[in-house]
Amino acid sequence: MRNLITIAHLTLVEARRRRIVLAGSICALAFLAVFSIAAWFAYRELASNASVAFVERQATLTMTMLVGFLAANFLAVTFAILLPIDTLSGEIDSGVMQTLASKPVSRDEIVIGKWLGHLVLALGYLLLLCCGILGTMRVLAGFTPAGVVYALPLLMLEIALSLTIAISGGARFSTVTNAIFAVGLYGLSFVGGLVEYVGSVGDIKSLRTVGIVVSLFSPADSMWRLAGHNLMPEILRGSDALSLSASVPTPLMVWWAAGYMVVTLLLALRAFRRRSL
Amino acid sequence: MSPPGTSAANCIIETRALRKQFGATVAVSDVSLNVRAGEVFGFLGPNGAGKTTTIKMLLALVEPTSGSGQLLGAPLGDKGARGRVGFLPEHFRFHDTLTATELLRFHGRLCGFEGIALEGRIERLLTRVDLADAANRPLRGYSKGMLQRVGLAQALVNEPQLVILDEPTSGLDPLGRLLVRNIIDELRADGVTVFLNSHLLGEVEATCDRVAFVKRGSIVAERGLTAADEIVDLDLRVTMAGPAIIEGLSNFGSDVRQAEPGLIRLRISSDAVPHIVNWLVEQGVMIHAVEPRRKSLEEIFLEVMGEDERPG
Repeated sequence: MRNLITIAHLTLVEARRRRIVLAGSICALAFLAVFSIAAWFAYRELASNASVAFVERQATLTMTMLVGFLAANFLAVTFAILLPIDTLSGEIDSGVMQTLASKPVSRDEIVIGKWLGHLVLALGYLLLLCCGILGTMRVLAGFTPAGVVYALPLLMLEIALSLTIAISGGARFSTVTNAIFAVGLYGLSFVGGLVEYVGSVGDIKSLRTVGIVVSLFSPADSMWRLAGHNLMPEILRGSDALSLSASVPTPLMVWWAAGYMVVTLLLALRAFRRRSL
Repeated sequence: MSPPGTSAANCIIETRALRKQFGATVAVSDVSLNVRAGEVFGFLGPNGAGKTTTIKMLLALVEPTSGSGQLLGAPLGDKGARGRVGFLPEHFRFHDTLTATELLRFHGRLCGFEGIALEGRIERLLTRVDLADAANRPLRGYSKGMLQRVGLAQALVNEPQLVILDEPTSGLDPLGRLLVRNIIDELRADGVTVFLNSHLLGEVEATCDRVAFVKRGSIVAERGLTAADEIVDLDLRVTMAGPAIIEGLSNFGSDVRQAEPGLIRLRISSDAVPHIVNWLVEQGVMIHAVEPRRKSLEEIFLEVMGEDERPG
Protein backbone atom coordinates (compact mmCIF):
# COMPACT_ATOMS: atom_id res chain seq x y z
CA MET A 1 0.00 0.00 0.00
CA ARG A 2 2.84 2.32 0.88
CA ASN A 3 4.46 1.77 -2.51
CA LEU A 4 1.14 2.44 -4.26
CA ILE A 5 0.82 5.78 -2.49
CA THR A 6 4.45 6.69 -3.23
CA ILE A 7 4.03 5.95 -6.94
CA ALA A 8 0.62 7.67 -7.13
CA HIS A 9 2.13 10.69 -5.38
CA LEU A 10 5.02 10.81 -7.87
CA THR A 11 2.46 10.69 -10.71
CA LEU A 12 0.64 13.69 -9.24
CA VAL A 13 3.87 15.63 -8.66
CA GLU A 14 5.01 14.85 -12.19
CA ALA A 15 1.68 16.04 -13.65
CA ARG A 16 1.94 19.28 -11.71
CA ARG A 17 5.57 19.89 -12.72
CA ARG A 18 4.89 19.11 -16.37
CA ARG A 19 2.16 21.77 -16.18
CA ILE A 20 -0.52 19.22 -17.03
CA VAL A 21 -2.59 20.39 -14.07
CA LEU A 22 -2.11 24.02 -15.10
CA ALA A 23 -3.02 23.34 -18.74
CA GLY A 24 -6.05 21.29 -17.68
CA SER A 25 -7.21 23.99 -15.26
CA ILE A 26 -6.83 26.77 -17.85
CA CYS A 27 -8.77 24.77 -20.46
CA ALA A 28 -11.48 23.89 -17.94
CA LEU A 29 -11.85 27.49 -16.76
CA ALA A 30 -11.91 28.76 -20.37
CA PHE A 31 -14.62 26.24 -21.21
CA LEU A 32 -16.63 27.19 -18.12
CA ALA A 33 -16.29 30.90 -18.94
CA VAL A 34 -17.63 30.33 -22.48
CA PHE A 35 -20.41 28.11 -21.17
CA SER A 36 -21.43 30.59 -18.45
CA ILE A 37 -21.54 33.50 -20.90
CA ALA A 38 -23.61 31.48 -23.39
CA ALA A 39 -25.98 30.27 -20.67
CA TRP A 40 -26.33 33.78 -19.25
CA PHE A 41 -27.25 35.21 -22.66
CA ALA A 42 -29.71 32.36 -23.25
CA TYR A 43 -31.32 32.89 -19.85
CA ARG A 44 -31.54 36.67 -20.27
CA GLU A 45 -33.19 36.36 -23.67
CA LEU A 46 -35.64 33.72 -22.52
CA ALA A 47 -36.51 35.64 -19.34
CA SER A 48 -37.12 38.87 -21.24
CA ASN A 49 -39.50 37.17 -23.67
CA ALA A 50 -42.91 37.04 -22.02
CA SER A 51 -44.29 34.67 -24.66
CA VAL A 52 -41.95 31.87 -23.53
CA ALA A 53 -43.64 29.76 -20.89
CA PHE A 54 -41.78 28.75 -17.73
CA VAL A 55 -41.70 25.08 -18.71
CA GLU A 56 -40.40 25.92 -22.18
CA ARG A 57 -37.72 28.14 -20.70
CA GLN A 58 -36.60 25.47 -18.28
CA ALA A 59 -36.53 22.89 -21.09
CA THR A 60 -34.32 25.15 -23.20
CA LEU A 61 -32.03 25.78 -20.25
CA THR A 62 -31.86 22.04 -19.59
CA MET A 63 -30.80 21.50 -23.19
CA THR A 64 -28.16 24.20 -22.77
CA MET A 65 -26.90 22.38 -19.70
CA LEU A 66 -26.84 19.04 -21.55
CA VAL A 67 -24.82 20.59 -24.37
CA GLY A 68 -22.42 21.81 -21.68
CA PHE A 69 -22.20 18.32 -20.20
CA LEU A 70 -21.70 16.83 -23.65
CA ALA A 71 -18.72 19.12 -24.26
CA ALA A 72 -17.40 18.55 -20.73
CA ASN A 73 -17.70 14.81 -21.21
CA PHE A 74 -15.74 14.98 -24.46
CA LEU A 75 -13.02 17.12 -22.88
CA ALA A 76 -12.75 14.85 -19.84
CA VAL A 77 -12.59 11.66 -21.95
CA THR A 78 -9.87 13.21 -24.12
CA PHE A 79 -7.99 14.23 -20.97
CA ALA A 80 -8.37 10.74 -19.46
CA ILE A 81 -7.05 9.05 -22.61
CA LEU A 82 -4.15 11.41 -23.34
CA LEU A 83 -2.98 11.91 -19.75
CA PRO A 84 -1.58 8.39 -19.16
CA ILE A 85 -0.93 7.50 -22.79
CA ASP A 86 2.86 7.30 -22.38
CA THR A 87 3.09 6.61 -18.70
CA LEU A 88 4.15 2.97 -19.08
CA SER A 89 5.33 2.72 -22.70
CA GLY A 90 7.20 6.05 -22.55
CA GLU A 91 8.96 5.16 -19.33
CA ILE A 92 9.96 1.77 -20.72
CA ASP A 93 11.37 3.41 -23.86
CA SER A 94 13.27 6.09 -21.94
CA GLY A 95 14.73 3.61 -19.43
CA VAL A 96 13.04 5.25 -16.42
CA MET A 97 11.20 1.99 -15.76
CA GLN A 98 14.44 0.04 -15.31
CA THR A 99 15.35 2.10 -12.26
CA LEU A 100 11.82 1.99 -10.87
CA ALA A 101 11.16 -1.73 -11.41
CA SER A 102 14.53 -2.75 -9.96
CA LYS A 103 13.42 -1.37 -6.59
CA PRO A 104 11.52 -3.58 -4.11
CA VAL A 105 8.22 -2.80 -5.75
CA SER A 106 6.04 -5.23 -7.68
CA ARG A 107 5.00 -4.64 -11.27
CA ASP A 108 1.37 -4.63 -10.10
CA GLU A 109 2.14 -1.83 -7.65
CA ILE A 110 3.68 0.24 -10.44
CA VAL A 111 0.62 -0.12 -12.69
CA ILE A 112 -1.95 0.40 -9.95
CA GLY A 113 -0.01 3.30 -8.42
CA LYS A 114 0.11 5.09 -11.75
CA TRP A 115 -3.53 4.24 -12.44
CA LEU A 116 -4.54 5.72 -9.09
CA GLY A 117 -2.53 8.91 -9.59
CA HIS A 118 -3.94 9.50 -13.06
CA LEU A 119 -7.45 8.61 -11.91
CA VAL A 120 -7.33 11.31 -9.24
CA LEU A 121 -6.32 13.86 -11.89
CA ALA A 122 -8.86 12.77 -14.50
CA LEU A 123 -11.72 12.64 -12.03
CA GLY A 124 -10.67 15.99 -10.61
CA TYR A 125 -10.80 17.46 -14.11
CA LEU A 126 -14.24 15.96 -14.76
CA LEU A 127 -15.64 17.15 -11.45
CA LEU A 128 -14.26 20.66 -12.00
CA LEU A 129 -16.10 20.85 -15.32
CA CYS A 130 -19.32 19.28 -14.04
CA CYS A 131 -19.42 21.38 -10.86
CA GLY A 132 -18.80 24.49 -12.98
CA ILE A 133 -21.76 23.68 -15.22
CA LEU A 134 -24.02 22.78 -12.31
CA GLY A 135 -22.99 25.93 -10.43
CA THR A 136 -23.68 28.10 -13.45
CA MET A 137 -27.14 26.58 -13.90
CA ARG A 138 -27.88 26.93 -10.21
CA VAL A 139 -26.94 30.61 -10.16
CA LEU A 140 -28.64 31.51 -13.46
CA ALA A 141 -31.73 29.36 -13.61
CA GLY A 142 -32.01 28.31 -10.00
CA PHE A 143 -32.12 24.57 -10.63
CA THR A 144 -30.03 21.47 -10.14
CA PRO A 145 -31.06 18.39 -12.12
CA ALA A 146 -32.51 15.76 -9.80
CA GLY A 147 -30.63 12.95 -11.53
CA VAL A 148 -27.21 14.47 -10.98
CA VAL A 149 -26.46 12.02 -8.16
CA TYR A 150 -26.79 9.19 -10.70
CA ALA A 151 -25.25 11.04 -13.63
CA LEU A 152 -21.98 12.04 -11.99
CA PRO A 153 -20.96 8.51 -10.92
CA LEU A 154 -21.78 7.31 -14.45
CA LEU A 155 -19.55 9.98 -15.96
CA MET A 156 -16.84 9.09 -13.45
CA LEU A 157 -17.11 5.46 -14.50
CA GLU A 158 -16.76 6.46 -18.15
CA ILE A 159 -13.63 8.47 -17.35
CA ALA A 160 -12.16 5.67 -15.24
CA LEU A 161 -12.85 3.20 -18.03
CA SER A 162 -11.25 5.39 -20.73
CA LEU A 163 -8.21 5.95 -18.51
CA THR A 164 -7.92 2.23 -17.76
CA ILE A 165 -7.95 1.41 -21.48
CA ALA A 166 -5.14 3.92 -22.11
CA ILE A 167 -3.06 2.52 -19.20
CA SER A 168 -3.69 -1.03 -20.33
CA GLY A 169 -2.60 -0.23 -23.89
CA GLY A 170 0.60 1.29 -22.52
CA ALA A 171 1.43 -2.00 -20.81
CA ARG A 172 1.46 -3.73 -24.21
CA PHE A 173 2.03 -1.26 -27.02
CA SER A 174 4.23 1.68 -27.96
CA THR A 175 2.92 5.16 -27.18
CA VAL A 176 1.68 5.92 -30.70
CA THR A 177 0.04 2.53 -31.13
CA ASN A 178 -1.62 2.94 -27.77
CA ALA A 179 -2.95 6.40 -28.66
CA ILE A 180 -4.42 5.09 -31.91
CA PHE A 181 -5.93 2.12 -30.11
CA ALA A 182 -7.44 4.07 -27.18
CA VAL A 183 -8.85 6.92 -29.27
CA GLY A 184 -10.10 4.43 -31.85
CA LEU A 185 -11.89 2.39 -29.20
CA TYR A 186 -13.62 5.48 -27.83
CA GLY A 187 -14.52 6.57 -31.38
CA LEU A 188 -16.02 3.15 -31.93
CA SER A 189 -18.05 3.51 -28.78
CA PHE A 190 -19.29 6.94 -29.93
CA VAL A 191 -20.26 5.60 -33.36
CA GLY A 192 -21.95 2.61 -31.72
CA GLY A 193 -24.10 5.02 -29.73
CA LEU A 194 -25.04 6.94 -32.86
CA VAL A 195 -25.93 3.75 -34.74
CA GLU A 196 -28.04 2.61 -31.82
CA TYR A 197 -29.77 6.02 -31.74
CA VAL A 198 -30.54 6.01 -35.49
CA GLY A 199 -31.81 2.45 -35.15
CA SER A 200 -34.08 3.46 -32.26
CA VAL A 201 -35.41 6.67 -33.82
CA GLY A 202 -35.99 4.96 -37.20
CA ASP A 203 -37.21 1.78 -35.53
CA ILE A 204 -34.62 -0.30 -37.45
CA LYS A 205 -33.99 -3.29 -35.26
CA SER A 206 -30.83 -4.51 -37.03
CA LEU A 207 -29.16 -1.09 -36.69
CA ARG A 208 -30.06 -0.97 -33.04
CA THR A 209 -28.60 -4.45 -32.52
CA VAL A 210 -25.35 -3.43 -34.24
CA GLY A 211 -25.18 -0.35 -32.02
CA ILE A 212 -25.71 -2.41 -28.87
CA VAL A 213 -23.07 -4.96 -29.88
CA VAL A 214 -20.58 -2.16 -30.55
CA SER A 215 -21.44 -0.62 -27.18
CA LEU A 216 -20.80 -3.95 -25.50
CA PHE A 217 -17.42 -4.12 -27.23
CA SER A 218 -16.61 -0.55 -26.18
CA PRO A 219 -19.02 0.66 -23.49
CA ALA A 220 -17.55 4.09 -22.56
CA ASP A 221 -19.98 6.27 -24.51
CA SER A 222 -23.02 4.35 -23.26
CA MET A 223 -22.21 5.67 -19.77
CA TRP A 224 -22.50 9.21 -21.12
CA ARG A 225 -25.84 8.42 -22.73
CA LEU A 226 -27.16 6.98 -19.50
CA ALA A 227 -25.79 9.95 -17.54
CA GLY A 228 -27.37 12.41 -20.01
CA HIS A 229 -30.67 10.62 -19.64
CA ASN A 230 -30.48 11.03 -15.88
CA LEU A 231 -29.68 14.72 -16.18
CA MET A 232 -32.94 15.40 -17.99
CA PRO A 233 -36.13 16.18 -16.10
CA GLU A 234 -38.67 13.34 -15.98
CA ILE A 235 -40.99 15.23 -18.28
CA LEU A 236 -38.49 15.28 -21.15
CA ARG A 237 -37.17 11.75 -20.85
CA GLY A 238 -39.80 10.17 -23.11
CA SER A 239 -39.15 12.55 -25.98
CA ASP A 240 -37.72 10.88 -29.06
CA ALA A 241 -36.62 14.28 -30.31
CA LEU A 242 -33.86 14.23 -27.73
CA SER A 243 -31.11 11.89 -28.76
CA LEU A 244 -30.24 10.97 -25.20
CA SER A 245 -33.67 9.55 -24.59
CA ALA A 246 -34.08 7.77 -27.87
CA SER A 247 -31.89 4.85 -26.87
CA VAL A 248 -31.02 4.60 -23.22
CA PRO A 249 -28.66 1.83 -22.12
CA THR A 250 -30.05 -0.42 -19.41
CA PRO A 251 -28.67 -0.36 -15.86
CA LEU A 252 -27.07 -3.71 -16.65
CA MET A 253 -24.74 -1.79 -18.95
CA VAL A 254 -23.28 -0.08 -15.87
CA TRP A 255 -22.27 -3.45 -14.46
CA TRP A 256 -20.91 -4.43 -17.85
CA ALA A 257 -18.83 -1.24 -18.04
CA ALA A 258 -17.55 -1.67 -14.48
CA GLY A 259 -16.65 -5.30 -15.16
CA TYR A 260 -15.04 -4.29 -18.45
CA MET A 261 -12.86 -1.79 -16.57
CA VAL A 262 -11.80 -4.33 -13.92
CA VAL A 263 -10.94 -6.95 -16.56
CA THR A 264 -9.03 -4.34 -18.60
CA LEU A 265 -7.02 -3.39 -15.52
CA LEU A 266 -6.31 -7.05 -14.73
CA LEU A 267 -5.15 -7.59 -18.31
CA ALA A 268 -2.87 -4.56 -17.94
CA LEU A 269 -1.33 -6.07 -14.80
CA ARG A 270 -0.82 -9.39 -16.56
CA ALA A 271 0.76 -7.79 -19.63
CA PHE A 272 3.07 -5.58 -17.58
CA ARG A 273 4.17 -8.49 -15.38
CA ARG A 274 5.36 -10.32 -18.50
CA ARG A 275 6.88 -7.37 -20.33
CA SER A 276 10.64 -7.16 -20.71
CA LEU A 277 11.89 -3.85 -19.39
CA MET B 1 32.41 -21.91 -13.53
CA SER B 2 32.66 -21.76 -9.75
CA PRO B 3 35.92 -20.27 -8.56
CA PRO B 4 37.82 -22.27 -5.94
CA GLY B 5 36.48 -21.79 -2.46
CA THR B 6 33.11 -20.61 -3.63
CA SER B 7 30.15 -22.13 -1.87
CA ALA B 8 26.48 -21.36 -2.19
CA ALA B 9 26.55 -19.87 1.30
CA ASN B 10 28.89 -17.00 0.48
CA CYS B 11 27.57 -16.36 -3.02
CA ILE B 12 25.77 -13.09 -3.53
CA ILE B 13 24.91 -13.88 -7.13
CA GLU B 14 24.50 -17.42 -8.31
CA THR B 15 23.07 -18.35 -11.69
CA ARG B 16 22.73 -21.66 -13.48
CA ALA B 17 22.45 -21.81 -17.27
CA LEU B 18 20.50 -18.57 -17.61
CA ARG B 19 19.13 -18.16 -21.10
CA LYS B 20 17.07 -15.46 -22.76
CA GLN B 21 15.61 -15.65 -26.19
CA PHE B 22 13.63 -12.87 -27.87
CA GLY B 23 11.78 -14.64 -30.66
CA ALA B 24 14.45 -16.27 -32.80
CA THR B 25 17.23 -14.10 -31.35
CA VAL B 26 19.25 -15.59 -28.53
CA ALA B 27 20.43 -12.70 -26.35
CA VAL B 28 21.91 -14.89 -23.62
CA SER B 29 22.53 -18.55 -24.27
CA ASP B 30 24.18 -19.87 -21.12
CA VAL B 31 25.31 -17.79 -18.18
CA SER B 32 26.39 -19.57 -15.03
CA LEU B 33 27.95 -17.26 -12.48
CA ASN B 34 29.07 -17.23 -8.89
CA VAL B 35 29.87 -13.87 -7.39
CA ARG B 36 31.22 -13.99 -3.87
CA ALA B 37 30.30 -11.68 -1.03
CA GLY B 38 32.50 -8.61 -0.84
CA GLU B 39 34.22 -8.94 -4.20
CA VAL B 40 34.23 -6.50 -7.09
CA PHE B 41 33.28 -8.57 -10.08
CA GLY B 42 33.76 -7.41 -13.65
CA PHE B 43 31.50 -8.58 -16.44
CA LEU B 44 33.23 -8.12 -19.75
CA GLY B 45 32.32 -8.67 -23.35
CA PRO B 46 31.81 -6.86 -26.63
CA ASN B 47 28.61 -4.98 -27.45
CA GLY B 48 25.70 -7.33 -27.95
CA ALA B 49 27.33 -10.15 -25.97
CA GLY B 50 24.37 -10.28 -23.58
CA LYS B 51 25.79 -8.43 -20.57
CA THR B 52 22.92 -6.00 -20.06
CA THR B 53 20.31 -8.71 -20.66
CA THR B 54 22.02 -10.82 -17.98
CA ILE B 55 21.87 -7.91 -15.55
CA LYS B 56 18.20 -7.42 -16.39
CA MET B 57 17.51 -11.07 -15.66
CA LEU B 58 19.28 -10.74 -12.29
CA LEU B 59 16.99 -7.81 -11.44
CA ALA B 60 13.81 -9.42 -12.80
CA LEU B 61 13.48 -6.72 -15.46
CA VAL B 62 13.54 -9.53 -18.01
CA GLU B 63 12.24 -13.03 -17.37
CA PRO B 64 14.72 -15.80 -18.27
CA THR B 65 13.61 -18.22 -20.96
CA SER B 66 15.27 -20.99 -18.96
CA GLY B 67 17.78 -21.45 -16.18
CA SER B 68 17.67 -20.30 -12.60
CA GLY B 69 19.48 -18.11 -10.17
CA GLN B 70 19.66 -16.56 -6.77
CA LEU B 71 20.38 -13.05 -5.63
CA LEU B 72 21.40 -12.57 -2.00
CA GLY B 73 20.16 -16.08 -1.28
CA ALA B 74 16.67 -15.52 -2.71
CA PRO B 75 15.31 -16.61 -6.09
CA LEU B 76 15.63 -14.06 -8.90
CA GLY B 77 12.76 -11.58 -8.76
CA ASP B 78 12.37 -11.71 -4.98
CA LYS B 79 11.15 -8.30 -3.81
CA GLY B 80 12.93 -8.45 -0.46
CA ALA B 81 16.27 -9.20 -2.11
CA ARG B 82 15.82 -6.31 -4.55
CA GLY B 83 15.49 -4.03 -1.53
CA ARG B 84 19.13 -4.84 -0.70
CA VAL B 85 20.40 -4.23 -4.22
CA GLY B 86 21.44 -0.96 -5.80
CA PHE B 87 21.29 -0.64 -9.57
CA LEU B 88 22.64 1.95 -11.96
CA PRO B 89 21.40 1.33 -15.52
CA GLU B 90 23.62 2.03 -18.51
CA HIS B 91 21.88 5.27 -19.41
CA PHE B 92 20.34 6.55 -16.22
CA ARG B 93 17.14 8.50 -16.81
CA PHE B 94 14.38 9.56 -14.47
CA HIS B 95 11.58 12.11 -14.41
CA ASP B 96 13.52 15.25 -15.22
CA THR B 97 11.20 17.60 -13.36
CA LEU B 98 12.37 16.15 -10.04
CA THR B 99 15.34 17.55 -8.17
CA ALA B 100 18.16 15.25 -7.09
CA THR B 101 16.90 15.36 -3.49
CA GLU B 102 13.36 14.46 -4.56
CA LEU B 103 14.65 11.65 -6.77
CA LEU B 104 16.61 10.10 -3.92
CA ARG B 105 13.73 10.61 -1.48
CA PHE B 106 11.37 8.80 -3.86
CA HIS B 107 13.71 5.85 -4.32
CA GLY B 108 14.54 5.77 -0.62
CA ARG B 109 10.85 5.55 0.24
CA LEU B 110 10.31 2.73 -2.24
CA CYS B 111 13.07 0.89 -0.38
CA GLY B 112 11.34 1.45 2.95
CA PHE B 113 13.46 4.33 4.27
CA GLU B 114 12.02 7.58 5.54
CA GLY B 115 12.36 10.43 7.98
CA ILE B 116 15.52 12.01 9.29
CA ALA B 117 17.63 8.94 8.56
CA LEU B 118 16.70 9.09 4.88
CA GLU B 119 17.21 12.85 4.64
CA GLY B 120 20.64 12.55 6.25
CA ARG B 121 21.64 9.78 3.88
CA ILE B 122 20.45 11.79 0.86
CA GLU B 123 22.56 14.73 1.93
CA ARG B 124 25.64 12.56 2.45
CA LEU B 125 25.22 10.77 -0.86
CA LEU B 126 24.76 13.96 -2.86
CA THR B 127 27.87 15.36 -1.23
CA ARG B 128 29.73 12.13 -2.01
CA VAL B 129 28.87 12.31 -5.72
CA ASP B 130 29.70 16.01 -5.74
CA LEU B 131 26.17 17.20 -6.39
CA ALA B 132 25.45 19.01 -3.13
CA ASP B 133 25.34 22.33 -4.96
CA ALA B 134 22.83 21.04 -7.49
CA ALA B 135 20.70 19.10 -4.99
CA ASN B 136 17.64 21.27 -5.45
CA ARG B 137 17.85 21.79 -9.18
CA PRO B 138 15.61 19.83 -11.57
CA LEU B 139 17.36 16.97 -13.34
CA ARG B 140 16.47 18.47 -16.72
CA GLY B 141 19.27 20.99 -16.23
CA TYR B 142 21.87 18.31 -15.45
CA SER B 143 24.72 17.37 -17.77
CA LYS B 144 25.16 13.73 -18.80
CA GLY B 145 27.87 13.27 -16.20
CA MET B 146 25.73 14.81 -13.44
CA LEU B 147 22.84 12.49 -14.36
CA GLN B 148 25.15 9.50 -14.14
CA ARG B 149 26.38 10.64 -10.72
CA VAL B 150 22.88 11.18 -9.34
CA GLY B 151 22.05 7.75 -10.77
CA LEU B 152 24.92 6.33 -8.76
CA ALA B 153 23.60 8.06 -5.65
CA GLN B 154 20.14 6.52 -6.15
CA ALA B 155 21.80 3.10 -6.48
CA LEU B 156 23.29 3.59 -3.01
CA VAL B 157 20.33 5.20 -1.25
CA ASN B 158 19.12 1.92 0.29
CA GLU B 159 22.51 1.00 1.81
CA PRO B 160 22.74 -2.02 -0.51
CA GLN B 161 24.64 -5.26 0.04
CA LEU B 162 25.05 -5.65 -3.70
CA VAL B 163 25.54 -2.85 -6.22
CA ILE B 164 25.08 -3.59 -9.91
CA LEU B 165 26.64 -0.97 -12.14
CA ASP B 166 26.03 -1.10 -15.88
CA GLU B 167 28.62 1.11 -17.56
CA PRO B 168 28.82 3.48 -14.58
CA THR B 169 31.41 5.77 -16.13
CA SER B 170 29.52 6.22 -19.38
CA GLY B 171 29.52 9.95 -20.08
CA LEU B 172 31.84 10.82 -17.23
CA ASP B 173 35.00 12.91 -17.59
CA PRO B 174 38.28 11.66 -16.03
CA LEU B 175 37.43 13.29 -12.69
CA GLY B 176 34.02 11.67 -12.69
CA ARG B 177 35.62 8.32 -13.46
CA LEU B 178 38.01 8.72 -10.59
CA LEU B 179 35.09 9.53 -8.32
CA VAL B 180 33.29 6.35 -9.36
CA ARG B 181 36.46 4.31 -8.88
CA ASN B 182 36.89 5.75 -5.37
CA ILE B 183 33.27 4.97 -4.53
CA ILE B 184 33.76 1.38 -5.70
CA ASP B 185 36.85 1.14 -3.48
CA GLU B 186 34.84 2.46 -0.54
CA LEU B 187 32.07 -0.06 -1.21
CA ARG B 188 34.65 -2.86 -1.28
CA ALA B 189 36.09 -1.61 2.03
CA ASP B 190 32.57 -1.68 3.51
CA GLY B 191 32.12 -5.29 2.37
CA VAL B 192 29.59 -4.43 -0.32
CA THR B 193 29.64 -6.68 -3.38
CA VAL B 194 29.95 -4.83 -6.69
CA PHE B 195 28.94 -6.28 -10.05
CA LEU B 196 30.47 -4.07 -12.71
CA ASN B 197 29.71 -4.12 -16.39
CA SER B 198 32.13 -1.88 -18.23
CA HIS B 199 33.82 -1.53 -21.58
CA LEU B 200 36.69 0.39 -20.07
CA LEU B 201 39.14 -2.42 -19.45
CA GLY B 202 41.68 -0.22 -17.73
CA GLU B 203 39.04 0.76 -15.24
CA VAL B 204 37.99 -2.84 -14.68
CA GLU B 205 41.59 -3.84 -14.22
CA ALA B 206 42.07 -1.13 -11.60
CA THR B 207 38.93 -1.97 -9.60
CA CYS B 208 37.90 -5.61 -10.04
CA ASP B 209 38.99 -8.66 -8.07
CA ARG B 210 37.70 -11.08 -10.67
CA VAL B 211 36.22 -10.93 -14.15
CA ALA B 212 34.09 -13.06 -16.42
CA PHE B 213 34.25 -12.79 -20.19
CA VAL B 214 31.01 -13.08 -22.12
CA LYS B 215 30.97 -13.96 -25.77
CA ARG B 216 27.79 -14.39 -27.80
CA GLY B 217 25.64 -14.92 -24.75
CA SER B 218 27.89 -17.38 -22.92
CA ILE B 219 30.63 -17.04 -20.34
CA VAL B 220 33.80 -18.23 -22.05
CA ALA B 221 36.36 -17.51 -19.33
CA GLU B 222 36.71 -16.33 -15.77
CA ARG B 223 39.84 -15.21 -14.00
CA GLY B 224 41.08 -13.40 -10.94
CA LEU B 225 42.80 -10.03 -11.20
CA THR B 226 44.49 -9.94 -7.82
CA ALA B 227 48.29 -10.30 -7.60
CA ALA B 228 47.94 -13.93 -6.57
CA ASP B 229 45.83 -14.65 -9.63
CA GLU B 230 48.15 -12.89 -12.07
CA ILE B 231 49.22 -14.95 -15.05
CA VAL B 232 52.44 -13.88 -16.77
CA ASP B 233 54.38 -14.96 -19.83
CA LEU B 234 57.91 -15.74 -18.68
CA ASP B 235 60.99 -15.55 -20.93
CA LEU B 236 64.01 -17.46 -19.59
CA ARG B 237 67.39 -16.89 -21.20
CA VAL B 238 69.43 -19.89 -20.17
CA THR B 239 72.20 -22.20 -21.26
CA MET B 240 72.66 -25.91 -20.63
CA ALA B 241 68.90 -26.58 -20.84
CA GLY B 242 68.06 -29.92 -22.36
CA PRO B 243 64.71 -31.64 -23.01
CA ALA B 244 64.54 -32.74 -19.38
CA ILE B 245 64.56 -29.10 -18.26
CA ILE B 246 61.76 -28.23 -20.67
CA GLU B 247 59.72 -31.14 -19.33
CA GLY B 248 60.47 -30.17 -15.74
CA LEU B 249 59.35 -26.59 -16.33
CA SER B 250 55.93 -27.81 -17.44
CA ASN B 251 55.28 -28.59 -13.76
CA PHE B 252 55.35 -24.84 -13.03
CA GLY B 253 53.09 -23.60 -15.83
CA SER B 254 51.72 -24.16 -19.28
CA ASP B 255 52.68 -23.58 -22.93
CA VAL B 256 56.36 -24.35 -22.26
CA ARG B 257 58.40 -24.13 -25.44
CA GLN B 258 61.91 -23.38 -26.71
CA ALA B 259 61.28 -20.20 -28.70
CA GLU B 260 64.85 -20.09 -29.98
CA PRO B 261 68.19 -21.49 -28.84
CA GLY B 262 68.73 -20.31 -25.28
CA LEU B 263 65.23 -18.86 -24.90
CA ILE B 264 62.49 -20.77 -23.11
CA ARG B 265 59.01 -19.28 -22.96
CA LEU B 266 56.19 -20.42 -20.67
CA ARG B 267 53.00 -19.15 -19.01
CA ILE B 268 52.92 -19.16 -15.22
CA SER B 269 51.34 -17.65 -12.17
CA SER B 270 53.46 -14.64 -11.16
CA ASP B 271 54.22 -16.03 -7.70
CA ALA B 272 55.92 -19.06 -9.31
CA VAL B 273 58.93 -17.06 -10.56
CA PRO B 274 61.22 -17.56 -7.50
CA HIS B 275 60.43 -21.30 -7.38
CA ILE B 276 61.37 -21.67 -11.06
CA VAL B 277 64.65 -19.83 -10.54
CA ASN B 278 65.50 -22.02 -7.53
CA TRP B 279 64.67 -25.17 -9.41
CA LEU B 280 66.77 -24.16 -12.45
CA VAL B 281 69.76 -23.38 -10.22
CA GLU B 282 69.37 -26.77 -8.54
CA GLN B 283 69.36 -28.39 -11.99
CA GLY B 284 72.64 -26.63 -12.82
CA VAL B 285 71.16 -24.44 -15.49
CA MET B 286 72.91 -21.08 -16.08
CA ILE B 287 70.38 -18.25 -16.01
CA HIS B 288 71.17 -15.09 -17.98
CA ALA B 289 67.83 -13.37 -17.74
CA VAL B 290 64.38 -13.86 -16.22
CA GLU B 291 61.79 -11.64 -17.95
CA PRO B 292 58.21 -11.98 -16.74
CA ARG B 293 55.84 -10.22 -19.10
CA ARG B 294 52.49 -9.34 -17.61
CA LYS B 295 49.53 -9.29 -19.98
CA SER B 296 47.18 -6.36 -19.80
CA LEU B 297 43.48 -7.07 -19.41
CA GLU B 298 43.02 -5.77 -22.93
CA GLU B 299 45.43 -8.38 -24.28
CA ILE B 300 43.67 -11.08 -22.28
CA PHE B 301 40.30 -9.81 -23.50
CA LEU B 302 41.38 -9.95 -27.14
CA GLU B 303 42.87 -13.38 -26.64
CA VAL B 304 39.72 -14.71 -24.98
CA MET B 305 37.41 -13.22 -27.57
CA GLY B 306 39.51 -14.69 -30.38
CA GLU B 307 40.10 -13.40 -33.87
CA ASP B 308 36.62 -14.32 -35.06
CA GLU B 309 34.98 -11.72 -32.78
CA ARG B 310 34.02 -8.52 -34.56
CA PRO B 311 33.16 -5.13 -33.05
CA GLY B 312 29.59 -5.15 -31.69
